[in-house]
Amino acid sequence: MKIERGDIELAGVCKSFDGVTNVVDGVNLKIEDGAYCCFIGPSGCGKTTILRMIAGHEDPSAGEIVIGGQNVVGLPPVERRTAMMFQSYALFPHLTVRDNIAFALRVRGMSKTERLKAADAMIEKVRLTKFADRLPSHLSGGQQQRVALARAAITGPKVLLLDEPLSALDEQLRVQMRQELRRMQRELGITFIHVTHTQLEAIALADLVVVMDNGRIKQAGPAREVYAQPLDRYVAEFMGGQNVLSGRVEKVNGATFTLVQPVQGAGIEVPLQARKISVGDSVDIAVRRDDVELMRPDAQLPPGRAAALSARVLAIEYQGAFVKVMLDAIPDDEFVAYVPEKTFFSDPLNVGDVVLATWVADRARALA
Amino acid sequence: MSMATSDLRVVAAPATRKAIAPSRGGRPWTFYVLAGLFTAYVIALYGPMICIYILSFQDVRGGLVFPMKGHSLHWFVDLFTQVRTGDVKGSFDRSIKLAVLVTVITVVISFMAGLGFRRRFRGDGFVFYMMIGSLVAPGLVLGLGTGLLFQALGLNASWYTSALGAQLSWTLPFGVLVMFAVMSRFNNAWEEAARDLGASRWQAIWLVIVPVLAPGLVAVALFGFTLSYDEFARSLQTAGSLNTLPLEIWSMTLNVTSPSLYALGTVTTIISFIVIGVSLGTIVLIQKKRGSRAAAG
Repeated sequence: MKIERGDIELAGVCKSFDGVTNVVDGVNLKIEDGAYCCFIGPSGCGKTTILRMIAGHEDPSAGEIVIGGQNVVGLPPVERRTAMMFQSYALFPHLTVRDNIAFALRVRGMSKTERLKAADAMIEKVRLTKFADRLPSHLSGGQQQRVALARAAITGPKVLLLDEPLSALDEQLRVQMRQELRRMQRELGITFIHVTHTQLEAIALADLVVVMDNGRIKQAGPAREVYAQPLDRYVAEFMGGQNVLSGRVEKVNGATFTLVQPVQGAGIEVPLQARKISVGDSVDIAVRRDDVELMRPDAQLPPGRAAALSARVLAIEYQGAFVKVMLDAIPDDEFVAYVPEKTFFSDPLNVGDVVLATWVADRARALA
Repeated sequence: MSMATSDLRVVAAPATRKAIAPSRGGRPWTFYVLAGLFTAYVIALYGPMICIYILSFQDVRGGLVFPMKGHSLHWFVDLFTQVRTGDVKGSFDRSIKLAVLVTVITVVISFMAGLGFRRRFRGDGFVFYMMIGSLVAPGLVLGLGTGLLFQALGLNASWYTSALGAQLSWTLPFGVLVMFAVMSRFNNAWEEAARDLGASRWQAIWLVIVPVLAPGLVAVALFGFTLSYDEFARSLQTAGSLNTLPLEIWSMTLNVTSPSLYALGTVTTIISFIVIGVSLGTIVLIQKKRGSRAAAG
């Protein structure tokens, strides 16, 4: 049976290298055909291992990997219709760009004229015609990436696996090549699975963001959902853009509950959102950094505010579109407000100023 | 900001001491001491050999010591025509064949060891130290042992059996060590990429690993060849009734008292240089071929 679709299903996939600890620990995930999926997590979280298991370079210790409706565990990479783009590309140093790209056709026994013709067509597609006779070491990072992409894509895979494809590039090129990856994915119309540890990269590219930690999936969903509605403290802190506060539930009143922090006395009102929460529970909540407003202590609070944390400004970073203001609102943890540039400079704060940090009540979210 | 710079201009005095890097032209005295030492070393290294080469070009009246008596190629002709001087041609033939055999085996096994040792395996340390051990063992003793073993087993010692084995005990560890150095620059992802693109194990080896490692393999071959070609200690008790070239030269020093001995030294040196030249040339050619293809694009 030949694999014709690029939808992937991981069912209870585990991997252990030493038989004791699971590097990948019971991962379940469905990736649709033609989706752009990003695995994100700190180094050692198992994301690359998952990629290598899908590619067929590692066998799972347990579980099933289904591509296009077929369990591919035990099959060699070629029969899976996957192709991998390695970290730092692994281009063959002794072959020219054209020969690198034609390699997969060469080992399939295609005649020389035929495979070079196919390679040239692919070279055209990634706009490298001028460099077809060069060796990889004579190419820039971005060009090398395109060669790697072309080499992987020439066999017409249904799934392309990319292992930190942008980490070898400098910042400006990274943003540029990011777009190129997305363009190629649309053009080829196949599933891309992209492993990264850069949050911005993941949410900029992916249809499906999978946040991992310690071999487990913490949250999987569309970029906006993962960023704006993190399920737990780990995802909130890892994806960034959120302030996480913890405290004890003081009372539950209808659609909201009141959270009391150990230090700051004033309660914080948080919407319940169908969560089961009872008085006395310890709960983490998240508030987006750009939802936090800063007021002078003597200002009148607008109505509908959840809380007003009194804090001192620790540091200020100008970021262009907004200003990052770091506060000592919660002990041992950072609390940050992203203030729009214009708002900030209409009444600039200084380090050491005392302010009230506040937000509209329904913006806070309880975390698992 | 502009005020700050003008302030600096007043305060900053010109530097009175030089930076640590010496200025151009003025070399420290240590340079001359070390250069002198190196010159002495080079003279000590090549001086004796050059004496031999010079004396090999004497004419019929020539003797074994300076001064030089005339100049001709007489002793080179003598070397290959007179039976009196020993079996130069036969031993030379055997030495070359043996060296080629040793080279091929060394390259193949070193290559495989290089691939094998990329991953840790049970007992890898033991295997490695066993191998290094034969580097430390005195060659003469090892050769003696090999000869005794063959005798005990009732086998005839000859250059293509016992001497081959004794020499491999010397060239293999060297070859493997060179291979390790070569492999340290090999990226395993290349092999994985080849497999990912559908190459069989053999295709991955022939189309990717061997070509990438080619310069290193030539270096291993060079080691194998030269170590075997001039090996004396390990061959002495193992070569059997037919001598290899170093053994022949040695026996000639005992009974030949003409400059044809020196002529032989000159000839073998030339061959060594040719082998080294060809090897290095091959490496350069591989490098250049890759470079020029790159430049053409």
